[in-house]
Amino acid sequence: MFVSYKWLQEYVDLTGITAKELADRITKSGIEVESVEVLNKGAQGVVIGHVVEREPHPNADKLSKCLVDIGEGEPVQIICGAPNVAQGQKVAVAKVGAVLPGNFKIKRAKLRGEESNGMICSLQELGIESKLVPKEYADGIFVFPSDAAVGADALELLNLDDEVLELGLTPNRADCLSMIGVAYEVAAILGRGVKLPAVELRENGENVRDYISVRVDAQNDNPLYAGRIVKNVKIGPSPLWMQARLMAAGIRPHNNVVDITNYILLEYGQPLHAFDYDRLGSKEILVRRAKAGETIVTLDDVERTLTEEHLVITNGAEPVALAGVMGGANSEVQNDTTTVFIESAYFASPVIRQAVKDHGLRSEASTRFEKGIDPARTKEALDRAAALMAEYAGGEVAGGVVEVNTWQPKEVVVTITLDRINQVLGTAITKDEVANILTNLQFAFTEDNGTFTITVPSRRRDIAIEEDIIEEVARLYGYDNLPATLPIAEATPGKLTPYQAKRRKVRRYLEDAGLLQAITYSLTNEAKAPMFALEAAAPIRLALPMSEERSVLRQSLVPHLLEAASYNRARQVENVALYETGSVYLASGEHELPNEKERLAGVLTGVWHAHLWQGEKKAVDFYVVKGILDGLFALLGLEKRIEYKQAKREHLHPGRTADILLDGKTIGFVGQLHPVVQKEFDLKETYVFELALADVLNADVEEIRYAAIPRFPSIARDIALVVDEHVVAGDVQKAIVAAGGELLKDVAIFDVYKGDRLPEGKKSIAFALRYYDPERTLTDEEVTAVHEQVIKAVEQQFGATLRG
Amino acid sequence: MKERLQQLQQEALDKIAQASDLKALNEVRVAYLGKKGPITEVLRGMGALSPEERPVMGALVNEVREAIQTALEAKQAKLEQEEVEKKLAAEAIDVTLPGRAVRRGNHHPLTRVIEEIEDLFIGMGYTIAEGPEVEKDYYNFEALNLPKGHPARDMQDSFYITEEILLRTHTSPVQARTMEKHQGRGPVKIICPGKVYRRDNDDATHSHQFTQIEGLVVDENIRMSDLKGTLREFARKMFGADREIRFRPSFFPFTEPSVEVDVSCFNCGGHGCNVCKGTGWIEILGAGMVHPNVLEMAGFDSKKYTGFAFGMGPERIAMLKYGIDDIRHFYQNDVRFLQQFNRV
Repeated sequence: MFVSYKWLQEYVDLTGITAKELADRITKSGIEVESVEVLNKGAQGVVIGHVVEREPHPNADKLSKCLVDIGEGEPVQIICGAPNVAQGQKVAVAKVGAVLPGNFKIKRAKLRGEESNGMICSLQELGIESKLVPKEYADGIFVFPSDAAVGADALELLNLDDEVLELGLTPNRADCLSMIGVAYEVAAILGRGVKLPAVELRENGENVRDYISVRVDAQNDNPLYAGRIVKNVKIGPSPLWMQARLMAAGIRPHNNVVDITNYILLEYGQPLHAFDYDRLGSKEILVRRAKAGETIVTLDDVERTLTEEHLVITNGAEPVALAGVMGGANSEVQNDTTTVFIESAYFASPVIRQAVKDHGLRSEASTRFEKGIDPARTKEALDRAAALMAEYAGGEVAGGVVEVNTWQPKEVVVTITLDRINQVLGTAITKDEVANILTNLQFAFTEDNGTFTITVPSRRRDIAIEEDIIEEVARLYGYDNLPATLPIAEATPGKLTPYQAKRRKVRRYLEDAGLLQAITYSLTNEAKAPMFALEAAAPIRLALPMSEERSVLRQSLVPHLLEAASYNRARQVENVALYETGSVYLASGEHELPNEKERLAGVLTGVWHAHLWQGEKKAVDFYVVKGILDGLFALLGLEKRIEYKQAKREHLHPGRTADILLDGKTIGFVGQLHPVVQKEFDLKETYVFELALADVLNADVEEIRYAAIPRFPSIARDIALVVDEHVVAGDVQKAIVAAGGELLKDVAIFDVYKGDRLPEGKKSIAFALRYYDPERTLTDEEVTAVHEQVIKAVEQQFGATLRG
Repeated sequence: MKERLQQLQQEALDKIAQASDLKALNEVRVAYLGKKGPITEVLRGMGALSPEERPVMGALVNEVREAIQTALEAKQAKLEQEEVEKKLAAEAIDVTLPGRAVRRGNHHPLTRVIEEIEDLFIGMGYTIAEGPEVEKDYYNFEALNLPKGHPARDMQDSFYITEEILLRTHTSPVQARTMEKHQGRGPVKIICPGKVYRRDNDDATHSHQFTQIEGLVVDENIRMSDLKGTLREFARKMFGADREIRFRPSFFPFTEPSVEVDVSCFNCGGHGCNVCKGTGWIEILGAGMVHPNVLEMAGFDSKKYTGFAFGMGPERIAMLKYGIDDIRHFYQNDVRFLQQFNRV
């Protein structure tokens, strides 16, 4: 809402308060003033001139040579390029020495050999936006009313000495979509009164009912419909002050009748529509829902096909307006219009919202109906519009109003105690202060022993309950006066849940291990959504995606981490190690919320470690990633319960992928990206992993129990076993651990060999075993006995032989 | 004999002094104290002495031996020391060459901000509540006093999956769910961080996915002044000890009264600069007293209980705190961006 500071003064006394100060006060009390715009963009020295003579420029087809009286002695010669300049016009003249917006100084000049002493200005040249300039003056100079005084300040006549406050209204404050509403708000803030416009309506002896009748067949959509007839109007420009106010509010002037309806819309917040009575084609108005497939050509010359969800104004047969949104072209007020039917109605917001949405048509009128108008003002606005048409369009107002009124005003009464106000706010506001605030708001109230009974005016549709009154009091009392306290309540222990605490440790561990935390989008495309998913699920699609790229919820974090790696690689960052914790979304039933599961995933590629001058350089490989995961499981106390199993998974290298099992259940995978996928993402050798984080973090883990520090020496034995090359080390190690029993404390693999010195199809794995008994020093014989069992076990299970 | 001994001692000491390495020193030792050395020879000649002279001469021999021995040891220690020093000198390295780098990762800047805020409120007795990102319309809107048909819940603004299920547009549904779990009994004191989604085109200031942190306190006698005090505490811990906050009236369907909260500019201290666009204040929060409809729908008696709620955007806070100019940085995961947040 744009509020002209000067116009506002008609309703509230603003003496002693500048526009800027007013803006600050309004902002502090609840409505954000987004800007205060000075209308004059730097123009000075522009006066009204009278074009005494005009003749074509002798040397230029498109220029005119004019003699203009600017009230300073002899008329001056001015060369003008506007096509519409004509003798007898009153125009804006930038005199020699004047300045136009953009710091454009007007100097005496010669144009094609003819002297020019100033410049005749268009509104655009005076700093008014093109879209606000009346259409007939869009491509030329603006013509002032003939009674404009020669030499008068043109900028003042155009109201350019005004300032405009732009209010950023929250949806609850639709009452301030009118000058009168803003006036009430400002009056409440300043503690000053409101002066409402006086409506002096003179009717002629005729009866409106002889002209028209009204029927409403959709009373829920249209609880109040009222209309008046104004005859013998003469279409012409509206008074300059009205045009100026409209432009300040961001509305382009058209003609006196249309401008008056817009002016009342701004003043009362009541949208009006003026029909050309003679073009209505009947003597009746019928308001009803549209029929499916019915069409109307609206004022913007667009044919619109309607449905039963739209409300139309008809002449009994066909639509003449899309109710509350836009009039029809068939009944538009035109230059030859003489009789006007003014409609002032209250349309309910849902039906208007539907039309706005379906037709993509948002207008000043529809915005107000959508947000809710005050029906108590509907008829007063109608009367005022009729009175203005009589005054400024020379019309005669027929007697009476045609109306269908089923609107039942609901009186809103709120009762609240002073104690409650102070208790909720934490303040010590007095009874008198509250009374004073309510008085300034012009809310009717009674007070009895600290209990206020307040009757809310119909213009404030946002106020219905105690808390609304508390807010009114608080904002006008001033939030700066609110003390700052802390809750007085039972102490509550603040803490992370065990899950949250572990998740933080996991993140920190991975970061300390060298990975950066990434956060990627949850929405992806249909192809990527199921890639790498640990659990298969149907895709979850958005009903109305903005793009195909962000249309389906992800089922794995890996695809977007790969995208991130790819993004970096494209920017010459080749070494990438990222991890992410986040949700994946697995469909359950159609009307059920999906299963949201938290995952931990990572992507690693490039050089993992380099210390170049010492000749160290290690690329990321499977075991780098596995080592990081091993450390993670150790951190969580799960290392003994975790198992890696060779696996084949889509999009991963078939020979370099492992499923990760916790207590025998698959909870994740780690592997190298399949070369085909690697190419798709434009990556080099890349490794990924993903874990079902909740399964990992929720696994029960025993508290740490101290174990005695070894007091006796341990005995170490190494063995190198030759086995078939397809035997995996993990299985052999498991067998060794099982056979070694209690005394075997530790098994480590320290060498793996395959090559010339072994028969084809064989490999050797070397293990370092450590035997230990916490109770005593082991003898060589005891260890040898156990060690032989170990060797026997691997011989039997894997056909292993000791490497000589 | 006596003269001979004194002469030997002098000779030996001279040679010890001249010895330049351990090998030469050992030669001196063998030459003078060895079994075939001159002192042993003198001892052998003692048989010719009278019984009275023998002890005298014996003592003298021992004296000479000891003197030589002492000198040998001292010289040996000195030579050894020199040898060690020489060896160490040869082992010297260039300490200015780079060390073996420890690879380090770090938090995403949003996590950094979120954890800082979480910890701050944990210190004030809050717990952290989480909830689903794909949410029922009921929890996302209806339970928050946004009934069907409310303009703020336009299909155009939210990612719906079905008519009843959508990607949450704020973290407030977690508040509704938590209150419901409390079955009408306070106190409730939670912080809800999480991802939210809106139907926005991604540009420098908009992201279809972003994060939010909301706080909620519901108890008997919770006052709006408590909201102000709590948020001032937050602002001071987050942005500096001398920060002030300011409430500006606003509107949210789920709170009444509702306010926007500004913090005095941490860059200029409130005098006005380009961070605060010359106003001295920076808007960082929306807040208010929990709307009675919201309390009642979650099973709380709004006559007995009051509460406050607040919500903020970690992206905005991170952008302000670190001077980040484009919200898309948070989701592009450019390593050169992420790595900038690798220190205290």
